[in-house]
Amino acid sequence: MVAKFELTDNSVTVIIGTGAGGGTLANELAQKGVKVVALEAGGRYLPEDYINDEWESFGQLAWLDKRTTSGDWRVARDFSGLPAWIVKAVGGTTTHWAGASLRFQDHEWKALTNYGKVDGANLLDWPIDGAEMAPWYDLAEEKLGVTRTGGREGLPGNNNYKVLEKGALAVGYKEVHTGRMAINSANRDNRLACQQTGFCFQGCKWGAKWSAAYTEIPNGEATGNLEVRERVHVAKILHDDAGKVTGVTYFDADGKEQTQMARIVCVAGNSIESPRLLLNSASEMFPDGLANSSGQVGRNYMRHVTGSVYGVFDKPVKMWRGTTMAGIVQDEARLDPSRGFVGGYELETLSLGLPFMAAFLDPGGWGREFTTALDSYENMAGMWIVGEDMPQETNRVTVNKDQPDQFGLPSPNVNFSDHPNDVAMRNHAYAQGTAIYTAVGATRVFPTPPYPSTHNLGTNRMSEDPAKGVVNKWGQTHDIANLFISDGSQFTTGASENPTLTIVALAIRQADHIASELAAGNI
Amino acid sequence: MTKHENRGLSRRQLLSHSIAAGAAFMVGAGFVAAPDAAWATEVVALQPETMATLVQMARDIYPHDHVPTEFYVIAVKGYDTAETAAEIEAGVAALNGAAQGMGHANYLAMGWERDRVDVLRGMEQSAFFQKIRGGLVTGLYNQKAVWPLFGYEGESFSKGGYIDRGFNDIAWL
Ligand SMILES: Cc1cc2nc3c(=O)[nH]c(=O)nc-3n(C[C@H](O)[C@H](O)[C@H](O)COP(=O)(O)OP(=O)(O)OC[C@H]3O[C@@H](n4cnc5c(N)ncnc54)[C@H](O)[C@@H]3O)c2cc1C
Ligand code: SF4
Repeated sequence: MVAKFELTDNSVTVIIGTGAGGGTLANELAQKGVKVVALEAGGRYLPEDYINDEWESFGQLAWLDKRTTSGDWRVARDFSGLPAWIVKAVGGTTTHWAGASLRFQDHEWKALTNYGKVDGANLLDWPIDGAEMAPWYDLAEEKLGVTRTGGREGLPGNNNYKVLEKGALAVGYKEVHTGRMAINSANRDNRLACQQTGFCFQGCKWGAKWSAAYTEIPNGEATGNLEVRERVHVAKILHDDAGKVTGVTYFDADGKEQTQMARIVCVAGNSIESPRLLLNSASEMFPDGLANSSGQVGRNYMRHVTGSVYGVFDKPVKMWRGTTMAGIVQDEARLDPSRGFVGGYELETLSLGLPFMAAFLDPGGWGREFTTALDSYENMAGMWIVGEDMPQETNRVTVNKDQPDQFGLPSPNVNFSDHPNDVAMRNHAYAQGTAIYTAVGATRVFPTPPYPSTHNLGTNRMSEDPAKGVVNKWGQTHDIANLFISDGSQFTTGASENPTLTIVALAIRQADHIASELAAGNI
Repeated sequence: MTKHENRGLSRRQLLSHSIAAGAAFMVGAGFVAAPDAAWATEVVALQPETMATLVQMARDIYPHDHVPTEFYVIAVKGYDTAETAAEIEAGVAALNGAAQGMGHANYLAMGWERDRVDVLRGMEQSAFFQKIRGGLVTGLYNQKAVWPLFGYEGESFSKGGYIDRGFNDIAWL
């Protein structure tokens, strides 16, 4: 039975956002008997509601509230109001995600130690490591049903993968496979195996891909301990004179302001909204925003070193058929500063439909150079670069006091500029991606610029030292014991892997911690 | 634009005018059409020759020789409203002004795409150009009827996906 809690019930744990972090945390806490109210700005969409049409789906699911951009990244020029491509819906961006689920490599937990000081970068070691996270990764892989882990089969490779594989092997790469994916390769967990329909980014209509929307959320609700309130936008986190948080105010579906009391508040609104909420919750006691004694709230915004390489061949590939992220080359994920940069990167297949290809191949491009590329759309193969970017203090989310959103709340600005290490890595990846496709006969190759951010990380980072970050190793804020951060904004550094498996593993671990602290009466 | 504003032209004169101007349009009172009648569109708020120019501009921005003009017409048809007409007329007038600056009667009278593209490059930063170009990204490429011309198949859920329909059918590798 779905639970219903009073606004005045100050025994509940309030979770803001129901995506990879918040959705997982909500279910895990509910399974342990903790009473949870999850507040979600978006509506509820299930596989039958998803639309396999890129722009229509974008209109259905994307977070389109007012945002601004600055910095020298090209997104600020081409998509100035859309720094990130993320979802506003129950289940958050796990509706959109492609499902690539990789563990961090051990050395990546200790970037400062292993890379050394990098000029202009604000590198730091995580206060946790691979050994500590291993059992939580096991649980996360089991929850998500990740292929090539736990005895699960890999997915079959589609056309786009076959091109990548052949080219990668030809240039000497060894770690080339169809990925570790949170997509069923066989029926599992009452969900079908992948039917190779494509449109993984638009929500999986078969439910083959894990999404919190139809796993964590209903599972949590079934316990009777979880109430999800949808279409409610949290405006502010409240606190008492002792500096403990006491609840939140939100605008409900009718735009009416409500206050929900709470014993614990967990923030999981993704790495732009989470720091924005802390900043917008500034008070007389906390003039710089909640949990911001370090001044690090909103800083060290990371988005991974990304970019795509599309190759055109003289014969059809039809890359859109089947899983969007159908395979991976992992050889460049290693740490090897002799390449001219620290950190590593993965190459993963990617395809866009014709409408998105037109928008993202070379934003602003026109004329025959552009259109002859699209003329060969059917003959294209595509890959995406995902690599570790350097945290920088000046890459940050701030709030625009003079530019309110539809609720009158200061909107977020995302300032981002590449670090020279990021540029060197991207150029290396463009060259390697080009070599891969050229090795299988590409007649033309496009080193395509980064899209609006899909991986948003680091703006409330985890640190041992309270002066250097916002949360401790449990995601608990250094400043306020009953305020937690539960999403990708906890990331101290980004590593070269897609982040969601780590977000989920951290959320499972955090739920365990919160439940035992509650039981012990410590919070 | 003076010649184009002459509304009383006979069909034959229109045809000969279009041909003389080297353009692929027949411009009449309240309509624009292909000389072979492959497509025609009525205009409500814009001058017919403005619409014809806009369609040519759309083609020159995103030229796909295998995509029939009717799809470009659909892509810019949304500008033919009372609210947008003044802005579009002014933008097209600027386009024609630039063409005249290069010694041509107007934009449509420029026979070579190369020359028309030169004009467009010169106004690339203008709000008008950016509006038309930006609008075409979805206006042209998001037409479902255009997709097959590029081989794109759109959704496959209704057909059960590609699991049994060639997701891995590449044979030339
Ligand atoms: C196209 C695409 C492909 C991707 N592919 C992969 C992949 O293959 N592998 C991978 O690891 N990652 C992938 N990602 C990234 C992944 O989706 C995110 O890293 C992950 O979902 C982030 O989790 P989160 O909990 O931080 O935020 P989200 O999942 O974005 O959830 C945040 C939720 O909070 C809600 N919210 C925000 N502010 C408020 C507020 N004030 N009040 C109420 N609710 C609020 C939002 O509506 C949203 O539902 C992809 C992302 C995209 C866009
Ligand atoms: S390709 Fe597979 S995972 Fe992707 S949307 Fe289709 S069925 Fe779901």
